[in-house]
Amino acid sequence: MSKFKKKKSGDLPAVNTAALPDIVFMLLFFFMVTTVMREVTLKVKITTPEATEIKKLEKKSLVSYIYIGAPIKALQSQFGTADRIQLNDAFASKEDIIAFVEAERETHDPAEVPLMTFSMKVDGESEMGIVTDVKQKLRKANALKINYSTRKTDKIVD
Amino acid sequence: MARRAAPEINAGSMADIAFLLLIFFLVTTTMDVDTGLTRKLPPPIEEEDPDPPEIKERNVFIVLANANDDLLVEGEPMLVSNLREEAKKFIIGDPSGQDPDMPEFKMTEVPVLGNIPVSKQIVSLQNDRSTSYELYIKVQNELVAAYNEVRNEYAQQKFGKTMKELEKEAERSNKAKLQIKAVKKVYPQRISEAEPKNFGDK
Repeated sequence: MSKFKKKKSGDLPAVNTAALPDIVFMLLFFFMVTTVMREVTLKVKITTPEATEIKKLEKKSLVSYIYIGAPIKALQSQFGTADRIQLNDAFASKEDIIAFVEAERETHDPAEVPLMTFSMKVDGESEMGIVTDVKQKLRKANALKINYSTRKTDKIVD
Repeated sequence: MARRAAPEINAGSMADIAFLLLIFFLVTTTMDVDTGLTRKLPPPIEEEDPDPPEIKERNVFIVLANANDDLLVEGEPMLVSNLREEAKKFIIGDPSGQDPDMPEFKMTEVPVLGNIPVSKQIVSLQNDRSTSYELYIKVQNELVAAYNEVRNEYAQQKFGKTMKELEKEAERSNKAKLQIKAVKKVYPQRISEAEPKNFGDK
């Protein structure tokens, strides 16, 4: 029996996996810390259109979002199906845009204000009318750096 | 009874539990890189501003999008998929100046390249209030793509590099920076959006 028990001296020792949990925990904490739970609850349904010439939005802290789309199913009985603007957590009218821009600027350092971008997350099925209205208001508020949120695709189809 | 030493807790499955949590967070984390088309809006119009100068028709590439998501490009109906080629043709223009429908050229001082003729092209985009946003983005995308392709071809021809390569190099070299500037000056991106008009609501 001793044949089985005795280790040959030439055998490779098993790799010590005692540190494995530590490594896994480290990764776990990294992901726990970096995970951002979505900060706004979307009240409008948004499927952004696709485009090829997209750029990454850098510096997320300098980006403010304006959502436009039809209200989600659960809210349709209350708000109808016409396109709506959502700012932060609530529906807004286009008159609120200027105040929203001002409020967003207040939260930033004055030096950063010229770098702020307003990203429009608009549902592909929305009509341009409401988007144009928002754009005009942004112009009036002198928020000229804008971004149309789109997904990446390789080819545009008709 | 003699006290028995408390048996050691088996920590072997700790790794499994940690893995489980890790995978949960891995899956739920949306490394949500926001991407999009970045545009710059024109500054607001002041009442006392003088009227903008008239622009000759031949210098303008007119793209109209109506409520049914049809495109009218320079007076001709067109599909989105053909827009990029047409726009490129217009942006490059006809440097010999023969074609009366192509934009005019003007001698301009360009860094690196010196005095060369630069097209006076402008792309004008007009849409109806009922045009879908999807079409609008497609058109915007195609127009930006046309400019990018023209610039790329030009950079390739003049400097033997694409714009992307130049941009990468520009982080360290001033020469590449100037080259980018030159290409952008030769083919400036001029996409103008008309002041919104209302062609009758639905």
